Amino acid sequence: MQRRNFLKGAGALLAGGVLPVSLVEVAFGKTKTENFTFAYISDSHIQQIKGNSFVRSFDRGLIRAVAECNMLDPKPDFVIYGGDLAQLGSKPEIDHGLEIMSACKHKVHYVLGEHDYYLDLGKYWQSQLGPHWYSFDHKGVHFVVLNSILVDDKWINKWSSGEERMGVMAGLDNPLGSPFMVGAAQRAWLKQDLNKVSKDTPLVIFSHSPLQKIYKGWNFWTDDAEQIQALLKPFSKVNVFYGHVHQIQYNQIGNISFHSVMATAWPWPYPSTYSQAGSHLPKLTVEMNRADPFFERDATGWQFIDVWSGNSTVQYQLPENNTRTVAFNTKSKRPEDKQYQSKGKRIPPQDHY
Amino acid sequence: MNKKKMLQLTCATLALFIGGGVTADEFTKQDLQRWQAEYMAAVKAGRDVFTDPKLGSNGIVCAQCHPNGANTHPETYPKFQKQLGKVAQMWEMVNWCIRNPLEGKDLAANDPRMTNMLAYIAHERRGKTLTPGKH
Repeated sequence: MQRRNFLKGAGALLAGGVLPVSLVEVAFGKTKTENFTFAYISDSHIQQIKGNSFVRSFDRGLIRAVAECNMLDPKPDFVIYGGDLAQLGSKPEIDHGLEIMSACKHKVHYVLGEHDYYLDLGKYWQSQLGPHWYSFDHKGVHFVVLNSILVDDKWINKWSSGEERMGVMAGLDNPLGSPFMVGAAQRAWLKQDLNKVSKDTPLVIFSHSPLQKIYKGWNFWTDDAEQIQALLKPFSKVNVFYGHVHQIQYNQIGNISFHSVMATAWPWPYPSTYSQAGSHLPKLTVEMNRADPFFERDATGWQFIDVWSGNSTVQYQLPENNTRTVAFNTKSKRPEDKQYQSKGKRIPPQDHY
Repeated sequence: MNKKKMLQLTCATLALFIGGGVTADEFTKQDLQRWQAEYMAAVKAGRDVFTDPKLGSNGIVCAQCHPNGANTHPETYPKFQKQLGKVAQMWEMVNWCIRNPLEGKDLAANDPRMTNMLAYIAHERRGKTLTPGKH
């Protein structure tokens, strides 16, 4: 498929509205004919109220994402679900979330989020969806799914019940939480997995938390991020996509491009707006517009991600906002917002305080 | 006894009773400590309301969208809220959130839970310059 046609298809799709789903084009397969696309849905936080009643707006966010995903043209080869399908990790929430996802006509690869994990340490999730970390190859690209939301055993075992543990971890700002990590066992596995891959093979890594350190207090953080980055360093093209943060972020560290994907549930403030603590939002990131609380889908938008020649071009479709495009600048060798990167061009709603 | 005299007598008795005769507008370090402790108790109680799944009807808590009270901007109220079409106070926006995302019922402006929540929100923004009307 020609890239031009693909964009045309996406343009037709945009006319349909603003969508909480990302479409990723991978145009760097090893032969010319292997361009393909995948879609990305994340952070739905399906929340049970009681019995068969669930929080309406979170249900609607995921239902809409799945519906839009099914209408994508060209059809994506597969879909990534970026984690936090459930809010409190219970069977009813995971079941209800998967029932909504079952309407998706494409193969889905799931990433585990902390909200899926801390009730039963991912047991039920695993029984329905398989291993917590894995890799696969598709048309010349090596994909890796990591479980980046692990913490040490001491923290895991200090709670009287799974419910208590999940309740603490579900509070983003709960000071009793613990910093996320990938951990030694998984790092050893990753090293072995990447040993089999040639250094010129494009890598796409999916994690729930950012594999970079932004703000520890809200776990916009992975404790062993530097060690993971070191394992990815020998490869010529590396893209990391992550959920968890419910907002637009992008960054470049050495050879690695980072892009967050947005949530279908609700947006989060930037950590810089918490005035009592310091944080490190990537300097490259131009913040998205402040969300309008009166419009429940605002700031849950969608991204069209074109991973072209190994670098990502991300187009954000945002309700009541102008379209944003973040593309790799080949001169500065980093992703940059095409319209708003220079300070003089920013608009008042992008001022978060 | 006329009213004025009675008031004077009451005040004198009160002053003797409380401060052993010191004038009423002086306060001690102990007073300051107690008042600060009272305020911090309200902040703590406010954090509990802010994270209470029972505040609304659907289990959603304020902190779910507002970690550490972020994105609430207490220093900017009163301000014009275009979606309400008028200048609003902070407690009116808190009630908007309780009614909508939390699918609950308004609290009275002077409900202790509202007072505690406003104390918590303001505490998380302490040190910020007052900028009423700012968007």
